[in-house]
Amino acid sequence: MLELSGVTTGYGRTMVVHDVDLTVPDGALTAVLGHNGAGKTTLLRAVLGLLPVRGGTVRLAGEDVTALAPHKRVRRGIAYVPQGQQSFGQLSARENLQVVADAHGRAGRRRTDEALDLFPALRELLGRQAGLLSGGQRQQLAIARALVTGPRLLVLDEPVEGIQPNVVTEIYDAISTLTAAGSLSVLLVEQHIGYAVEHAAEFAVLTSGRVAHRGQGGGEGASADARKALAL
Amino acid sequence: MDIIAQLFAGLSLGSVLLLAALGLSLTFGQMGVINMAHGEFMMAGAYTAFVVQGVVGDAGVSLLLALPLGFVVGGLLGLLLEATLIHRMYRRPLDTLLVTWGVALVLQQVARDVFGAPNVDVRAPAWLSGAVQIGGLALPRTRLFILTLAIVCVVALALALRATPLGRRIRAVVQNRDLAEASGISSRATDRVTFFIGSGLAGVAGVALTLLGSIGPTLGTNYIVDAFLVVVAGGIGQIKGTVIAATALGLMQSFFEYSTTASVAKVLVFVTIVAFLQLRPQGLVSVRTRSLA
Ligand SMILES: Nc1ncnc2c1ncn2[C@@H]1O[C@H](COP(=O)(O)OP(=O)(O)OP(=O)(O)O)[C@@H](O)[C@H]1O
Ligand SMILES: [Mg+2]
Repeated sequence: MLELSGVTTGYGRTMVVHDVDLTVPDGALTAVLGHNGAGKTTLLRAVLGLLPVRGGTVRLAGEDVTALAPHKRVRRGIAYVPQGQQSFGQLSARENLQVVADAHGRAGRRRTDEALDLFPALRELLGRQAGLLSGGQRQQLAIARALVTGPRLLVLDEPVEGIQPNVVTEIYDAISTLTAAGSLSVLLVEQHIGYAVEHAAEFAVLTSGRVAHRGQGGGEGASADARKALAL
Repeated sequence: MDIIAQLFAGLSLGSVLLLAALGLSLTFGQMGVINMAHGEFMMAGAYTAFVVQGVVGDAGVSLLLALPLGFVVGGLLGLLLEATLIHRMYRRPLDTLLVTWGVALVLQQVARDVFGAPNVDVRAPAWLSGAVQIGGLALPRTRLFILTLAIVCVVALALALRATPLGRRIRAVVQNRDLAEASGISSRATDRVTFFIGSGLAGVAGVALTLLGSIGPTLGTNYIVDAFLVVVAGGIGQIKGTVIAATALGLMQSFFEYSTTASVAKVLVFVTIVAFLQLRPQGLVSVRTRSLA
């Protein structure tokens, strides 16, 4: 589904991510782990096109999308849940979903309903201003909003960072539900090993913007392997 | 009686300021572009009314035609400016200010070359001549028309922003450009539409100004500073604030003028705004949100 080869990117003259190769196979979950400042968010911004790459290519389902604007990549099936529970703060929760659905016609409206089925608690909050929702509510809204675009690949940047434990479970359950059908691929960035390594087919550990370690997720030794690579 | 007359004069002036500032509340307030050529888009709208009257003849019909045409002319000028220059400098307000100021001077010269330096007149339609008498008070029909037009424009813009897909899109891009892009919304296309509407409103304001007197190439320079003041005092990005600030400025100017002279009143208004912004730098109406995003 997604194939990064030799991706190098950064801010101004400072390169933060160096020569990263990474793939997300169709229907699989690939995890990227790394400490604060390792360059995880930077890498994801390059995948979306929010940050231009200085070298390398980004391919989506075989198509080279390296030169495409972010909204065009989204049209081709990448959805993004950025770090930090972002929303259109002054729009209502409903408008947050509508504004994305507008761009996707009838399918957008259908997918709005499906996304709300995944997070039923959101239905009660639709009239509220998004910026005034709690962090957990805003994150559920953010995932719902991403799903309205009708993704083939869901890109999640630390989706449970700073969120209380019972909502964490809800969010992880939702991700599992989404991937269970096997038609959605996921690129998941995490600092914590738990869910990511358990559910990933493959994971990569990013250290100072380089892939320092690769491993297979799921199996017995996976989390010990990841723990060691992260020097925890 | 005098007080009511001053009140009406103030509201009338406020409505003119509001028309001049409404488009800016989009292009400057929402998008953060300091477009010094906004006044010249008004001037272009005024000359549109002049040209339309030359073609159509009938003052009533030409006014009603000129309003939408003025919107389109202003809007297209804005679109052209955005697409050629402004979009290259969205993060550089000082460059934008200088470049658009240059464009303003060029547009004034173009108007001089095409229409001549002396002012020209646009006839008001017969149904706007004279005044409505209310209890010994004469309210000029042209002023009432502009007041109504300002209200119509504000309501239309507010509704468009609040309740249409386009309005949602504009607000989303203004609030979080990256998130909008990453949600499949083209921020460039949205910028262009926003700029078109904001500049179009300047064109409408220009058409309205032809009802108040003769027009010339420098028409816009009389309004640009006041229009920016209104948007800043109202609270950036808030139409409600722009409406309140325009009304307040109009009333202040009118009442200060009553007790002093026009230019002293202007200074007093200016000082009041500066003092007010010292106390409340965010303007009258400020944004309520938990996180910036
Ligand atoms: N907008 C920016 N301009 C300049 N440097 C930046 C910018 N954003 C991030 N950086 C730098 O790039 C490096 C990687 O940052 P990045 O946000 O990608 O890390 P991260 O792995 O996502 O960290 P975290 O786990 O804290 O989210 C850091 O050194 C950071 O200071
Ligand atoms: Mg990060």
